[in-house]
Amino acid sequence: MSLIKFLLLTTALLNIYNKTGAQDTTRIAGSDATLMSQLETQEAKNETNYAAATFKYTHVIDGQSVENLPARVLDVRILHRFGPLSSGLYNFFGLDYSPFNVKIGFEYGITNNFMIGVAHSGYNKTYDAFFKLRLLRQSTGAIKSPVTVSFASTVAISTLKPSQIDPAVKPDPTTKIDRASYVLQLLAARKFSEGFALQLMPTFVHADNISFLHNKHDIFAIGIAGRQKLSKRINFNAEYYYQLPDMKAPGAHNVLSFGINIGTGGHVFELLFSNSFGLTEKQFITETPGRWDNADALFGFNISRVFQLGKKHK
Amino acid sequence: MKRGIIILLFIIFCCSYCNSYGQLYFTKNGRISFFSKTGLENISADNNQVLSVVNMETGALQFSLLNNAFFFPKAKMQEDFNENYMESDKYPKSTFKGIITDIGTINLNNDGNYHVHVKGDLTIHGVTKNITTTGDLIIKNGNISATASFKVLLTDYNIKIPTIVTDKIAKDITVTVSCNYEKKL
Repeated sequence: MSLIKFLLLTTALLNIYNKTGAQDTTRIAGSDATLMSQLETQEAKNETNYAAATFKYTHVIDGQSVENLPARVLDVRILHRFGPLSSGLYNFFGLDYSPFNVKIGFEYGITNNFMIGVAHSGYNKTYDAFFKLRLLRQSTGAIKSPVTVSFASTVAISTLKPSQIDPAVKPDPTTKIDRASYVLQLLAARKFSEGFALQLMPTFVHADNISFLHNKHDIFAIGIAGRQKLSKRINFNAEYYYQLPDMKAPGAHNVLSFGINIGTGGHVFELLFSNSFGLTEKQFITETPGRWDNADALFGFNISRVFQLGKKHK
Repeated sequence: MKRGIIILLFIIFCCSYCNSYGQLYFTKNGRISFFSKTGLENISADNNQVLSVVNMETGALQFSLLNNAFFFPKAKMQEDFNENYMESDKYPKSTFKGIITDIGTINLNNDGNYHVHVKGDLTIHGVTKNITTTGDLIIKNGNISATASFKVLLTDYNIKIPTIVTDKIAKDITVTVSCNYEKKL
């Protein structure tokens, strides 16, 4: 009989518990919470989390970053390089200096992983065009990759009139003038933390024969670039390209640049110091005469404004 | 004999008790949208991968979503949303845990549109606030769908908008919820 009493009592208690459970307005019962965490785990397994914004912008300072413009986004860029800091106070440390170098470029995202760009810069009257293709994206989850890898290729043409070509550089009359230069780059980057990313850029440059005195026109270089977030909107960037010594042109130095960029919803401003005056890959990687230790470094800024053309596709 | 019957009744009762917590409905592709309206710019974004669980017995209601699954018409906005405003790396999820306070008025066997009150804890950007709102539950042939709309004040959740874009982003954002639930078997 005592068993029956016990059962009845248990039943009554369960009943009360059940009712209070229903009245408790904030309590999530065990099974509900379990189902939710099950769903979350399931989704997490199917989800691939891509590293977003490894770099803030499609270019680190002068050179390419692994970032691409999203599809149907147009980017209008204006880059300005002043004269060397060593030109002294009279030239306001390069700001009054002439010539300065200005580049105007238009870049466009055809897909989220493929972008193109064209630009003109004043130094050596250079036109350039490039494409950049993202091959791999750093991700965790269903698809895992430790790095983002992109391939970029740039063609530049110097349109200097024959009379304007530096006589010291001008090839002898028997050699054909070659105005075009080509740059092939593999970009591999990893975002190590929310604020810090590093990028390596093995680079091949084929230089033209009118704008700089090269011994070898095929030059291998390896670049390294980094990004450190200083605040939500402000980043510190640095970029260095090392040319293999036996290929380096006499009088050319490796380019080293530092910049602070500020993103403000659609605009990116970058204030920078660099020893390079040239603004296309071939120029800054292989034709930089300036040296940091000679105070040849110069001040410059980059401005970018993006425009969304048409609706974004999923 | 009598003991046998009582034990049987007890088992049945226990089972019915267990069942009372088995009225679980869920969705893996609920939709939550938000809308920011200012004189300069209207911004809207959708998330179609919202997880939600509702217990039709107790009224317990949960939502969970990944902030980086919000889809914006402009790519730059999506990046800014995740990078600067929601800080999705730090706070990947937004959640709601609460209760339909008038769940008792709903009869799953009666098709219809039930206006209900919901209260509970909304967690966005690492900040949890107690909110109350109303919504509609639509019961049709035993299927449940739900809609709700409420406003979220950005300052409540410590989401800072830089002065340069304050004119383009509303201070209170309208959030719209729409889910079709399936029964957990």
